[in-house]
Amino acid sequence: MARLLFFGKLADSAASREADWPLGADTRIVARLIEAIAEKDPALGEALSAPSVRCAVNEAIVERDAPIADGDEIAFLPPVSGG
Amino acid sequence: MTRSVVRIEASPFDPARELAGFEANDGDAGAAVSFLGKVRGGGDDPVRALYLEHYPGVTERMIAEFAAEAEKRWTLLDCLIIHRVGEMAPGEPIVLVCVSAAHRREAFEAADFLMDYLKTRALFWKKEIREKSETWIEPHERDYEDAARWTAPERA
Repeated sequence: MARLLFFGKLADSAASREADWPLGADTRIVARLIEAIAEKDPALGEALSAPSVRCAVNEAIVERDAPIADGDEIAFLPPVSGG
Repeated sequence: MTRSVVRIEASPFDPARELAGFEANDGDAGAAVSFLGKVRGGGDDPVRALYLEHYPGVTERMIAEFAAEAEKRWTLLDCLIIHRVGEMAPGEPIVLVCVSAAHRREAFEAADFLMDYLKTRALFWKKEIREKSETWIEPHERDYEDAARWTAPERA
Protein backbone atom coordinates (compact mmCIF):
# COMPACT_ATOMS: atom_id res chain seq x y z
CA MET A 1 0.00 0.00 0.00
CA ALA A 2 1.29 3.47 -0.93
CA ARG A 3 0.03 6.83 0.25
CA LEU A 4 -0.88 9.16 -2.61
CA LEU A 5 -1.04 12.95 -2.20
CA PHE A 6 -2.72 15.23 -4.72
CA PHE A 7 -2.06 18.98 -4.63
CA GLY A 8 -3.78 21.96 -6.23
CA LYS A 9 -5.98 21.18 -9.20
CA LEU A 10 -5.02 17.49 -9.04
CA ALA A 11 -6.99 17.18 -5.79
CA ASP A 12 -10.02 18.33 -7.77
CA SER A 13 -9.29 15.71 -10.46
CA ALA A 14 -8.90 13.02 -7.81
CA ALA A 15 -11.87 14.32 -5.78
CA SER A 16 -9.57 13.84 -2.79
CA ARG A 17 -6.29 15.15 -1.42
CA GLU A 18 -5.06 11.78 -0.21
CA ALA A 19 -5.60 8.15 -1.06
CA ASP A 20 -4.20 4.76 -0.18
CA TRP A 21 -3.24 2.73 -3.23
CA PRO A 22 -2.36 -0.98 -3.21
CA LEU A 23 0.76 -1.44 -5.35
CA GLY A 24 0.45 -4.39 -7.69
CA ALA A 25 3.40 -6.70 -8.26
CA ASP A 26 4.19 -4.89 -11.52
CA THR A 27 3.78 -1.40 -10.07
CA ARG A 28 7.33 -0.66 -9.06
CA ILE A 29 7.99 2.70 -10.70
CA VAL A 30 6.04 5.97 -10.71
CA ALA A 31 5.14 5.74 -14.41
CA ARG A 32 3.54 2.31 -13.89
CA LEU A 33 1.55 3.67 -10.94
CA ILE A 34 0.15 6.43 -13.14
CA GLU A 35 -0.85 3.80 -15.73
CA ALA A 36 -2.57 1.77 -13.02
CA ILE A 37 -4.45 4.85 -11.79
CA ALA A 38 -5.44 5.65 -15.40
CA GLU A 39 -6.98 2.18 -15.77
CA LYS A 40 -9.34 2.96 -12.90
CA ASP A 41 -9.80 6.68 -13.52
CA PRO A 42 -8.84 7.75 -17.05
CA ALA A 43 -9.40 11.48 -16.39
CA LEU A 44 -7.17 11.44 -13.32
CA GLY A 45 -4.60 9.34 -15.18
CA GLU A 46 -4.49 11.93 -17.95
CA ALA A 47 -4.13 14.78 -15.46
CA LEU A 48 -1.23 12.99 -13.71
CA SER A 49 0.46 12.26 -17.06
CA ALA A 50 0.78 15.95 -17.99
CA PRO A 51 4.48 16.83 -18.44
CA SER A 52 4.00 19.85 -16.16
CA VAL A 53 3.10 17.57 -13.23
CA ARG A 54 6.09 16.65 -11.06
CA CYS A 55 6.26 13.69 -8.72
CA ALA A 56 7.81 13.31 -5.29
CA VAL A 57 8.54 10.03 -3.54
CA ASN A 58 9.01 10.32 0.21
CA GLU A 59 9.36 14.11 -0.10
CA ALA A 60 12.05 14.07 -2.78
CA ILE A 61 11.22 15.20 -6.32
CA VAL A 62 11.92 12.38 -8.76
CA GLU A 63 11.54 11.39 -12.41
CA ARG A 64 8.78 9.02 -13.56
CA ASP A 65 11.16 6.06 -13.70
CA ALA A 66 11.87 6.35 -9.97
CA PRO A 67 11.25 3.17 -7.95
CA ILE A 68 8.33 2.98 -5.50
CA ALA A 69 7.54 0.49 -2.76
CA ASP A 70 4.93 -0.27 -0.13
CA GLY A 71 4.83 2.39 2.55
CA ASP A 72 6.03 5.17 0.23
CA GLU A 73 4.40 8.58 0.12
CA ILE A 74 3.94 9.56 -3.52
CA ALA A 75 2.95 13.16 -4.18
CA PHE A 76 1.73 14.64 -7.46
CA LEU A 77 2.64 18.31 -7.86
CA PRO A 78 1.01 20.48 -10.54
CA PRO A 79 2.67 23.78 -11.59
CA VAL A 80 3.25 25.88 -8.49
CA SER A 81 2.11 29.44 -7.85
CA GLY A 82 3.30 31.16 -4.71
CA GLY A 83 3.73 34.75 -3.67
CA MET B 1 26.74 34.05 9.40
CA THR B 2 23.26 34.66 8.09
CA ARG B 3 20.27 33.89 10.21
CA SER B 4 17.37 32.63 8.09
CA VAL B 5 13.85 32.16 9.35
CA VAL B 6 11.13 30.56 7.24
CA ARG B 7 7.55 30.48 8.49
CA ILE B 8 4.36 29.20 6.90
CA GLU B 9 1.33 30.75 8.59
CA ALA B 10 -2.23 29.45 8.44
CA SER B 11 -3.68 32.64 9.91
CA PRO B 12 -3.14 36.36 9.19
CA PHE B 13 0.14 37.99 10.22
CA ASP B 14 0.92 41.65 10.89
CA PRO B 15 3.64 42.81 8.46
CA ALA B 16 4.45 45.97 10.45
CA ARG B 17 5.03 43.98 13.60
CA GLU B 18 7.11 41.36 11.79
CA LEU B 19 9.23 44.05 10.13
CA ALA B 20 9.76 45.83 13.43
CA GLY B 21 10.87 42.57 15.04
CA PHE B 22 13.18 41.85 12.12
CA GLU B 23 14.81 45.27 12.21
CA ALA B 24 15.23 45.16 15.99
CA ASN B 25 17.50 42.13 15.54
CA ASP B 26 19.63 43.01 12.55
CA GLY B 27 22.11 45.05 14.57
CA ASP B 28 25.02 45.57 12.18
CA ALA B 29 22.98 45.94 9.00
CA GLY B 30 23.38 49.04 6.89
CA ALA B 31 20.38 48.11 4.76
CA ALA B 32 17.11 46.24 5.24
CA VAL B 33 14.83 45.54 2.28
CA SER B 34 11.34 44.15 2.72
CA PHE B 35 8.73 43.08 0.20
CA LEU B 36 5.07 42.54 1.05
CA GLY B 37 2.81 40.65 -1.35
CA LYS B 38 -0.93 41.15 -0.89
CA VAL B 39 -4.12 39.64 -2.31
CA ARG B 40 -5.07 41.81 -5.28
CA GLY B 41 -8.61 43.19 -5.39
CA GLY B 42 -10.58 44.99 -8.09
CA GLY B 43 -11.27 44.13 -11.75
CA ASP B 44 -14.53 43.21 -13.53
CA ASP B 45 -15.00 39.92 -11.73
CA PRO B 46 -13.13 40.62 -8.49
CA VAL B 47 -11.47 37.92 -6.44
CA ARG B 48 -13.52 37.24 -3.33
CA ALA B 49 -10.82 35.14 -1.72
CA LEU B 50 -7.52 33.47 -2.45
CA TYR B 51 -6.82 29.94 -1.23
CA LEU B 52 -3.25 28.68 -0.91
CA GLU B 53 -1.98 25.26 0.01
CA HIS B 54 1.50 23.84 0.48
CA TYR B 55 3.27 20.52 1.03
CA PRO B 56 3.92 20.69 4.79
CA GLY B 57 7.56 20.11 5.66
CA VAL B 58 8.73 19.94 2.07
CA THR B 59 7.75 23.52 1.18
CA GLU B 60 9.54 24.91 4.24
CA ARG B 61 12.68 22.90 3.49
CA MET B 62 12.73 24.05 -0.12
CA ILE B 63 12.38 27.74 0.85
CA ALA B 64 15.23 27.32 3.35
CA GLU B 65 17.30 26.02 0.41
CA PHE B 66 16.42 29.17 -1.58
CA ALA B 67 17.59 31.29 1.38
CA ALA B 68 20.83 29.27 1.52
CA GLU B 69 21.30 29.88 -2.20
CA ALA B 70 20.79 33.64 -1.64
CA GLU B 71 23.45 33.53 1.08
CA LYS B 72 25.89 31.98 -1.37
CA ARG B 73 25.28 34.70 -3.94
CA TRP B 74 25.23 37.74 -1.66
CA THR B 75 26.70 38.65 1.70
CA LEU B 76 23.60 38.84 3.88
CA LEU B 77 22.99 39.28 7.58
CA ASP B 78 19.41 38.23 8.23
CA CYS B 79 16.63 36.78 6.17
CA LEU B 80 12.96 36.37 7.13
CA ILE B 81 10.38 34.74 4.87
CA ILE B 82 6.75 34.44 5.95
CA HIS B 83 4.20 32.91 3.58
CA ARG B 84 0.49 32.44 4.19
CA VAL B 85 -1.57 29.38 3.40
CA GLY B 86 -5.33 28.91 3.73
CA GLU B 87 -7.97 31.40 2.69
CA MET B 88 -7.23 35.13 2.37
CA ALA B 89 -9.37 38.15 1.49
CA PRO B 90 -8.30 40.96 -0.87
CA GLY B 91 -5.84 43.29 0.86
CA GLU B 92 -4.52 40.60 3.20
CA PRO B 93 -0.78 39.89 3.21
CA ILE B 94 0.34 36.70 1.42
CA VAL B 95 4.08 36.91 1.66
CA LEU B 96 6.70 38.97 3.47
CA VAL B 97 10.39 38.79 2.57
CA CYS B 98 12.89 40.76 4.69
CA VAL B 99 16.61 40.78 3.95
CA SER B 100 19.33 42.74 5.71
CA ALA B 101 22.91 43.27 4.61
CA ALA B 102 25.78 45.68 5.08
CA HIS B 103 24.88 47.52 1.86
CA ARG B 104 21.66 48.09 -0.05
CA ARG B 105 22.46 46.44 -3.41
CA GLU B 106 22.88 43.01 -1.84
CA ALA B 107 19.67 43.36 0.17
CA PHE B 108 17.65 44.52 -2.88
CA GLU B 109 18.95 41.76 -5.12
CA ALA B 110 18.53 39.00 -2.57
CA ALA B 111 14.92 40.02 -1.83
CA ASP B 112 14.18 40.16 -5.57
CA PHE B 113 15.76 36.72 -6.07
CA LEU B 114 13.82 35.19 -3.17
CA MET B 115 10.50 36.55 -4.46
CA ASP B 116 11.14 35.22 -7.98
CA TYR B 117 11.90 31.79 -6.55
CA LEU B 118 8.87 31.89 -4.26
CA LYS B 119 6.68 32.72 -7.27
CA THR B 120 7.96 30.00 -9.59
CA ARG B 121 9.66 27.26 -7.56
CA ALA B 122 8.26 27.04 -4.05
CA LEU B 123 5.62 24.37 -3.50
CA PHE B 124 2.48 26.48 -3.20
CA TRP B 125 -0.77 26.13 -5.10
CA LYS B 126 -3.08 29.09 -5.38
CA LYS B 127 -6.76 29.23 -6.23
CA GLU B 128 -8.73 32.38 -7.02
CA ILE B 129 -12.27 32.23 -5.70
CA ARG B 130 -14.65 34.57 -7.54
CA GLU B 131 -18.39 35.09 -7.39
CA LYS B 132 -19.16 32.34 -9.89
CA SER B 133 -15.93 30.46 -10.45
CA GLU B 134 -12.82 29.00 -8.84
CA THR B 135 -9.56 28.83 -10.79
CA TRP B 136 -6.18 27.29 -9.94
CA ILE B 137 -3.49 29.78 -10.90
CA GLU B 138 -0.22 29.00 -12.67
CA PRO B 139 2.72 31.40 -12.93
CA HIS B 140 2.63 33.88 -15.81
CA GLU B 141 5.29 33.76 -18.51
CA ARG B 142 6.62 36.97 -16.99
CA ASP B 143 7.17 35.20 -13.66
CA TYR B 144 9.32 32.54 -15.36
CA GLU B 145 11.26 35.22 -17.24
CA ASP B 146 11.88 37.05 -13.98
CA ALA B 147 13.13 33.87 -12.30
CA ALA B 148 15.34 33.02 -15.28
CA ARG B 149 17.35 36.20 -14.68
CA TRP B 150 19.03 34.40 -11.78
CA THR B 151 20.08 31.35 -13.76
CA ALA B 152 21.82 33.37 -16.47
CA PRO B 153 25.60 32.86 -16.80
CA GLU B 154 27.51 33.77 -13.65
CA ARG B 155 26.79 37.32 -12.60
CA ALA B 156 29.62 39.79 -12.16
